[in-house]
Amino acid sequence: MTKFPLQSQDSALTESLEPSAANGLINRRQLLSLSLKSATLAGTASILNSAASAQSSGLEIPAWSKTPGRGASDYGSPSSFTTAKRMSGNPNPFYPGGGASRSPLHQLQGSITPSGLHFERHHAGIPAIDPAGHKLVINGLVNRPLSFDYEDLLQYPMISRVHFLECSGNSGALFGNDAPDGSAQSIHGLVSCSEWTGIKLSSLLEEAGINPSATWISAVGADAASMGRSLPLDKALDDVMLALFQNGEPLRPEQGYPMRLFVPGWEGNVSVKWLTQLKLTSAPSQFRDETSKYTDTLKNRKSRQFSFPMDVKSIITSPSGQMKLSRQGVYELSGIAWSGGGRITQVEVSADGGKTWAMAEIDSQLGEKALARFRIPWDWTGGEAVLQSRATDSNGIVQPTRDALIAAKNQINYRPFYHYNAIQSWAVNRTGEVSNVYA
Amino acid sequence: MCCVLLTTALFSKAQTPRLGKVLEPAALSNFDLIAAPDGSGLPAGNGTAAQGKLVYETQCQVCHGAGGEGNGSANRLVGGDMQSDDAPIRTVGSFWPHATTLFDYVRRAMPATAPKSLSNTEVYQVIAYVLHLNGLVGLNDVVDQRSLLKIKMPNSEGFIDSSNIR
Repeated sequence: MTKFPLQSQDSALTESLEPSAANGLINRRQLLSLSLKSATLAGTASILNSAASAQSSGLEIPAWSKTPGRGASDYGSPSSFTTAKRMSGNPNPFYPGGGASRSPLHQLQGSITPSGLHFERHHAGIPAIDPAGHKLVINGLVNRPLSFDYEDLLQYPMISRVHFLECSGNSGALFGNDAPDGSAQSIHGLVSCSEWTGIKLSSLLEEAGINPSATWISAVGADAASMGRSLPLDKALDDVMLALFQNGEPLRPEQGYPMRLFVPGWEGNVSVKWLTQLKLTSAPSQFRDETSKYTDTLKNRKSRQFSFPMDVKSIITSPSGQMKLSRQGVYELSGIAWSGGGRITQVEVSADGGKTWAMAEIDSQLGEKALARFRIPWDWTGGEAVLQSRATDSNGIVQPTRDALIAAKNQINYRPFYHYNAIQSWAVNRTGEVSNVYA
Repeated sequence: MCCVLLTTALFSKAQTPRLGKVLEPAALSNFDLIAAPDGSGLPAGNGTAAQGKLVYETQCQVCHGAGGEGNGSANRLVGGDMQSDDAPIRTVGSFWPHATTLFDYVRRAMPATAPKSLSNTEVYQVIAYVLHLNGLVGLNDVVDQRSLLKIKMPNSEGFIDSSNIR
């Protein structure tokens, strides 16, 4: 059990609050207005920050305040006292490069995932690419097949966009009949969000001259799998970029250094890493990873391919599965919401398994198809609770319940696996333990 | 100052420095590995299942099992039936819609520990063997860039393009 790492707050002061939904949820505006009515800013501070018990022993100056610390360094690293790490599965001993790692969503805040904690999915390991020997080729249905060098691409006009990236298999374990015992990281950790900087793909394609018969584009990576995916040319000309930088620095090797395709809002696999070839075609190339994999077999035994957009989704990350509430009182519920269709317009939160809902505050949202951070205060008085969040996007699409998603998928899908986006339920028991449940 | 303004004006029209180097088509003969269902990208060369058996046994069997039956470390390649009432077992024979994908994938990504180590001839040989194990070509049928396109995979009508569904 991980302890729920939030500041101590005083539950007694919140008892007079009018709840915005059942079982302890407090609308942040109500909290603020009550504080103002109680006439002093000190009142607000006491609700949000007051310590639960007085400190009796004297505080001492710590050792690190008495010795000069280490000097500046070439490249920073996290404090040795922090514990946020990616979680890797068990690699196949015959094929260790074919694995994944998951972001520690329960230990992160805000909307940006640190580059070193961004989830990974590789199909033949992480290549060590010397950019001096790397080429980006554009060929196929173009007027002039072109080859680009890394140093030349760095001279192109660039754009920066904040976007999430999610593996289409993220949360797929929740299609199973029994709710797995898992954490936000182990269940949902194949989603991350970064600021990506690069070149609009349309400008590179236009330089090569697009043949009017081109309708698709095949993207191939320079990894040992030469991983390939096809995507419609109209998307490539819309908001796709050749990403060279992530969160301000050159891409990490595990994110595609020196360059990757970035396809906003679509399943992560099409954002081909280590990009080395773009071939314009009049049909999909029918790669293995768009036929044998990343397809959904239906009950009639037909299989859907090219189901690209990621649907509207949210999860509460604090608290979340395998954490434990250490005390009764007010906590800040916090989580992430995203949609491949646009912006998140609202996130509602329930503490009673979806019977009543309160509007959460969207604290940080850095663009379309980006993670939005939501927060709402919650007073836990020691009873059972089922915490849920429900996101709505700018197309008016509302995140479905698990029952609704399963019913819809089961009508047509045979054993669905990809594109799970249902409302997540975290049960809190009387001892404060938080666990994944179906509710 | 003048230069700075001029540069800004050029880039504000989304113009780029246009630094791509023009390639002759022949420059990509060893680079473009895409073998598509229309036959584009399939190289010269050929092979038979009889020839491919040895390639399979030395390069593939350790992960994919004897006779393509799978052994838990990599996908089963043989058998299965998408129309069965039981769980459909998805293999090259039962699931893959295009024979060209088999050439494309083996050439670019297999064997997993040494991708691109097979010659084009060996790729034709070994895919002929996998197709033969699935009853799709005879033991001595020649598989090449022409005959591969004539193989109708059992699940060739089994896929729906969802790319226009938003």
